[in-house]
Amino acid sequence: MWTRQSTEGRGVWTRQSTEPVPGLRSPTGGLDGGGPSSAGGLGGGGPSSGVAGNAGMAGGATVTAMSGAETYLDAASTTPLHPLAREAMIEAADGFGDPSRLYGRARRARMLLDRSRERLAAAVGAAPDELVLTSGGTEAANLAVTGLARAARRRRHLVVSAVEHTSVLAPARALAANGFEVTEVGVDHTGRVDPDELAAAVRDDTLLVCLQHANHEVGTIQPVREAAEAAHARGALLLVDACQTVGRLPVDMAGLGADLLVASGHKVYGPPGTGFLVASRRARLRPVLVGDERERRRRAGMENLPGAAAMAAAVGARVAEAPGEHDRLAGLSRRLLDGLAAIPEVVVHGDPGRRLPHLVAFSILYIEGEALLLLLDAKGIAVHSGSSCTADTQEPSHVLAAMGAITHGSVRVSFLHDATEADVDHLLEVLPAAVADLREMAELDTQAVERAADGSGEPQRGAPVGREGR
Amino acid sequence: MSAAPTTVDCLGLACPIPVVRLARAVATVEVGGVVELLADDPGARVDIPVWCRLKDQQLLAQHDRPEGGWVFQVRRAR
Repeated sequence: MWTRQSTEGRGVWTRQSTEPVPGLRSPTGGLDGGGPSSAGGLGGGGPSSGVAGNAGMAGGATVTAMSGAETYLDAASTTPLHPLAREAMIEAADGFGDPSRLYGRARRARMLLDRSRERLAAAVGAAPDELVLTSGGTEAANLAVTGLARAARRRRHLVVSAVEHTSVLAPARALAANGFEVTEVGVDHTGRVDPDELAAAVRDDTLLVCLQHANHEVGTIQPVREAAEAAHARGALLLVDACQTVGRLPVDMAGLGADLLVASGHKVYGPPGTGFLVASRRARLRPVLVGDERERRRRAGMENLPGAAAMAAAVGARVAEAPGEHDRLAGLSRRLLDGLAAIPEVVVHGDPGRRLPHLVAFSILYIEGEALLLLLDAKGIAVHSGSSCTADTQEPSHVLAAMGAITHGSVRVSFLHDATEADVDHLLEVLPAAVADLREMAELDTQAVERAADGSGEPQRGAPVGREGR
Repeated sequence: MSAAPTTVDCLGLACPIPVVRLARAVATVEVGGVVELLADDPGARVDIPVWCRLKDQQLLAQHDRPEGGWVFQVRRAR
């Protein structure tokens, strides 16, 4: 059974001003869940890895891809491989071996796997045996939700925020159809969960509370520590999806109060196909993938050793490098927001203060997000549109919908570590004309629709900014 | 001001067309006039009420159509 706790439109427009966000404030201190940095615990970290990382990363967000120069502004989707990760990956791939076997090659593989695990665990303040290597954030989230539910006895209730990633929501939905109760807690217009409302949803039979560290679409940082207190007060566990924050903000199990934590390799300059789940000793899990006893019987299947080594190198390097980039990236976000103010009818999404420094999300009224995305792509700019106005997914973004925000014309810009003012300016140079063109097309389109409707009574389909085939 | 609402039919049309056409229709009626919008794009269900709040226009009613989609009644408030 799935219930929405909050009434529709609860306080969304009354709680805070609906004025466009004037500008970002750098979240100095008071970051929810921002525990003490665990950079000091990095095995083999130290100053050298930071320096090597900065010096070695491919220069600028303008990377040369096969299609030519590109201004890549979609770091929240995926990131390039860190040079140290590439090095570790090649080394591990060359030194192949099955960590579960007993001969020398296998033992060397086991040692590398253990080292990688220790390094990852240290980066998030976990013990190495709490860490389960997975194929990515999605598998880690699925394992956390489903695995915990399978091991549960009396507790049959989950609390999820309405703006969780679908890799958390989908397994929760599956449980709701199989005897579990799920309470979905809404958010305010900044995308933030009200901790009191979340606390009120936690019951004595609550097994798990799921709250992301920061939202993937709008960058809002959630009150994770308060959620931990609410969960623990009733004997429930807290799952924190930290895919957007590991290697960007301080992430520490104890600081967050997390019992389970999900991270993705490719979002933190590691390779795709890698991720991990931290499941503390309090969290009993049944595996989802079965067939052997690897990963302490929590995840069957041959370990992705090159992937794990590369992810560990990337995470280690990024935890050391990210603090030094924070203010500069927040400055780029401010620059972008200042520039957006010149475009009429733009609504900025998310919390003005409690947010990821490198991510800006907004909706441009009266245009289709994906059409804009394609126009920008033609100019060599890669951004993401949260609008799901495509033939295969007809539903609008569940995040923006939960916020009571405009869902059409949505754009997410997220900076790589070395994005420059020139990248922001490139976007701001191209954007106004692209928006004007699309608005003109929408205007022409509505006129065409009206003419068609006047003539035949049948609206014209497949118009320029519309969706073809329904 | 006529009593009959202006009807805008956006059935079968994807976002942002319903919002675009609603905005235009609201601009063409007098203050106090009502625009009735028919839409069946899932985005419209979210965006029409949000647009009304953003633009300080009054969403009088929103109900399901038996044939699918929704009817939105929007009163021009300013």
